[in-house]
Amino acid sequence: MAVLPIKFTKNKRDKLAQILWVLNWVSVVTGIILFSLGIFLKVEINKRLDLMAERQLQSVPNMLIAVGLIACMINFLGGKICYDCVDTNKFLRWKLVMLPYIICTFFFTLSVLVGALMCYSMHGQLKEALTLGLRDAMRYYKDTATPGRCFLKRTVDQLQIQFQCCGNEGYRDWFQIQWVSNRYLDMSQREVVDRLRSNVEGKYLMDGVPFSCCNVNSPRPCIQYQITNNSAHFNYDYQTEELNLWMRGCHQALLDYYTNIGHSIGLTVLIIWLFELSVLTGVRYLQTSLENVLRQGDPECESDGWLLENSFVETARSNFNVIKHLGKFNQISSNGDPNIDKPPTAHYGPDNVPPKPLPTAS
Amino acid sequence: MTGDYDTQDIILYFIFFRPNQNGCQTVGGTLKAQGLKERALKYSRSMVLLKIKFPFQKRVRLAQGLWLLSWVAMFSGAITFAMGVFLKTELHRRSEVMHSMDIHIVPNLLMAVGLASVGINICAGKVCQDSLDPTRFPRWKMFLPPFFCFSVFLTSLLLVAMILSFALQPSLEESLKIGLKNGIHFYKDTDTPGRCFQKETIDRLQIEFQCCGNTNYRDWFEVQWISSRYLDFTSKEVKDRVRSNVDGRYLLDGVPFSCCNPASPRPCIQYSLLDNSAHYNYEYQSEELNLYNRGCRQALVSYYMGLMNTIGPCVLFDFLLQMTILVSLRYLQTAMEGVIGQENVEIETEGYILEKGVKETLLETKEKMKKLLQFARVDDASAVTPDTEPEADKPATA
Repeated sequence: MAVLPIKFTKNKRDKLAQILWVLNWVSVVTGIILFSLGIFLKVEINKRLDLMAERQLQSVPNMLIAVGLIACMINFLGGKICYDCVDTNKFLRWKLVMLPYIICTFFFTLSVLVGALMCYSMHGQLKEALTLGLRDAMRYYKDTATPGRCFLKRTVDQLQIQFQCCGNEGYRDWFQIQWVSNRYLDMSQREVVDRLRSNVEGKYLMDGVPFSCCNVNSPRPCIQYQITNNSAHFNYDYQTEELNLWMRGCHQALLDYYTNIGHSIGLTVLIIWLFELSVLTGVRYLQTSLENVLRQGDPECESDGWLLENSFVETARSNFNVIKHLGKFNQISSNGDPNIDKPPTAHYGPDNVPPKPLPTAS
Repeated sequence: MTGDYDTQDIILYFIFFRPNQNGCQTVGGTLKAQGLKERALKYSRSMVLLKIKFPFQKRVRLAQGLWLLSWVAMFSGAITFAMGVFLKTELHRRSEVMHSMDIHIVPNLLMAVGLASVGINICAGKVCQDSLDPTRFPRWKMFLPPFFCFSVFLTSLLLVAMILSFALQPSLEESLKIGLKNGIHFYKDTDTPGRCFQKETIDRLQIEFQCCGNTNYRDWFEVQWISSRYLDFTSKEVKDRVRSNVDGRYLLDGVPFSCCNPASPRPCIQYSLLDNSAHYNYEYQSEELNLYNRGCRQALVSYYMGLMNTIGPCVLFDFLLQMTILVSLRYLQTAMEGVIGQENVEIETEGYILEKGVKETLLETKEKMKKLLQFARVDDASAVTPDTEPEADKPATA
C-alpha cells in the first residue's frame, strides 16, 4: 500500500519537472537569504561582543551561514536534476543519484529546522551572557588607561545613548561601582578621602551617573550628580522625577533587541524550511513516477508517483532488515536464513531486462 | 563658361542636380546650368546640421538600440526621482534648525525631472517600436517637434539642479546659522508652546552629528540655556550671575550634556569649563577630547554637501544618457521622414539634427510665431471692420 500515490500522465510529469526546476532556483535564492541572515546576525553580535561574556553565542549565526551555503549547493544540483528529468534518456544519468540526493536533502531540511529552533533558543544564552558582560563592562568603565579595556567607556556610553538605557538593571547600578578613575580624583580633598574611607574596599562611590544616562526628553538640564539628594537641586524630587535619566536597564534593552532579531530570523527560517520541504516532496514524486515509467518501459505512459512504496511500518521493517543483513554480510551463508542468496523467482518481464537486485528499498 | 564658376559650385551642381550631358553643351543648357548653379548655391548656404547617412540596416539597428537604451534611461530616471525623495526627506528631518526653505528647490527639481523622464523615455520607446513599421510612423509626425523642445528643456533642468546645489551652499549655511541660533536661544523654553521641542531637537542633533553649539561650544556661554524655573533666586551665586550682565540673564561657562564626547578618557566636564582650578588635573586650553570640538553648522553643511556630491555624478550620468537618447531619436525621426511615402522601404536616407542651420531655424520659428500672433490680430481687426464699413457706406449714401 503506497503512501499518498498520485497518477502522473506524461504532460503532468513534464510540467512537474519544469515547475520544480524553477522552484529549485527560487530555493537557491532563499539559501542566499539564509546565508545573509546568518552574516547579519553575526555582525550584530560582534558589534557588542565587548558587552557579552563568553558563551556559545556564535553557534547560531555560524549554523545559519553553513545551512545557507549548503542549501545553495543542494538546490543548484536539484535544479540541474529536475531540468534533465523532462527527457527520460537524461533521467537515466541521474537515476542512481536521485535517491541518495533525496535522503540527503531530507536530513538537510532537518538541520534547517534545527537552525530555526536555535534562533528561538538564543534568549536563554543571551540573558546570562549579557548579565555578566554588562556587569564587567561597568566595572571597567573607569579603566581608560588599561590596554584591553580602554574602549569600554566609549562602548558603554554609546550603548546607553543608542539604546536609551542606564546601568544593568537600572541607574542605581552606577552607585555601587567606582566609575571615576583615581587619576581624576584629588586625594588631598577631604570629601574624596571621606568617600574612600566610607566603604570596605576603598572605592570612590557616589550617587551620580555618567552623562550618557541623561534623558534627551527631560525639560530641565540633566542632573547627573547627587541624584538622591533633593536639597542639592532647586525644585527637584528624585522619587517623582522620571524624565531626568533613562529609566530602563541596558540588560533589558539589549535582550529585547536581540530577541526581536532572533524571532524575526527564526520565523523567516521556518518559512524557508516549509518551502524546502515542499520542493523535496515534489522531487520525490518526480523520482518515483519516472522510475515507474522505466519499470513499465513506455516513456509516454501514465505512471504512479508516491512518497513511499509500502506503508511506513513495512518500509521501516525492510530498512531494518537491510541494516541487519549488512552486518551479517561477512558471515557464512549456511546460517540458515533462506532469504540471503536466493534470487527472486517472481516475474522477470522481458528477456533483456536483468532481474532487479534484492532487496528493493525504494 | 566654366571659368565663371569656382570648384565648389561645380561640385555642388553635380552632387545635387546631376544634369545630363546634353544640357551642358547647348545655350539653353547654359541658362539651365546658371539657374541650377544659383539653386545649388542657395541650397549650400542652408546646409543641414550634422547630416548622417542611414542605410536600412543602420536605421533598424538605431531603432533597436535606442529602444533598449530608453529602458535603461527609464530606470535611471526612476533612480533620479528616488534620490530626490531621499534628499528631500533628509532636509525635512532637520527643518527645525533651518530658517529658509531655498535649498529645497534642488530635490524638487530632481523629483520633477525624474518623473518626467520616465514618461519621456516611454514615449521614446514607443516611437522606436513604431519606426520599424513605416505605416505606423507617420502618426508621430505632429507630436515629435514639440516633444523634442519639451524634453530638451526638462533635461537641461538636471544641469540647473546640479549648478544650484553648489550655488545655494551659502544660502544653506546662512539658513542653518539663523536656525541654530534660534534653537540655542529657545533651548530653555521647554514650557512655551511652539518652542517646547527645541531642547530635544538640539540635544539629539548634537549627539547624532557629534557637534556642539553653532560655531563651537562657546556659543553656549552667551545664552541662558537653563530655564529660570530651575534657578534658586535666593542663592548668592545665582543673584551674582544674573546681575553681572545687562539683560539679567543667567550666563555660565557650561554646556548641556549633549556636547559631551563619549571618547573622552575622563568623565565629562560640563560646568566651569574655563576654570582650571574647579577640576583636578584639568586644563581647558589643552583639553580636546572632553567636548565635541566641531560646530553644528559646519557638521550639517558638510553632511548635506556630502549627500549632494554623491548624488551629483548619478544626475550627470542621467543627463548625458537622456541627451544621447534625444539626439538619436531626432536622427531616427529625420531618417524615417525620408522613407515615408516611398514604395521601397529599404532605401538609404539621411538623418540630421536641424534641417537648416541654427540661425535660420530660429528665424523660421520667429516667423511662425509672428504669423500666429498676426492671425490672432487679424481676427480682432476683422471684428472691428464690420462696424467701420457701415459708417463708410453711410456718408456715401448720404
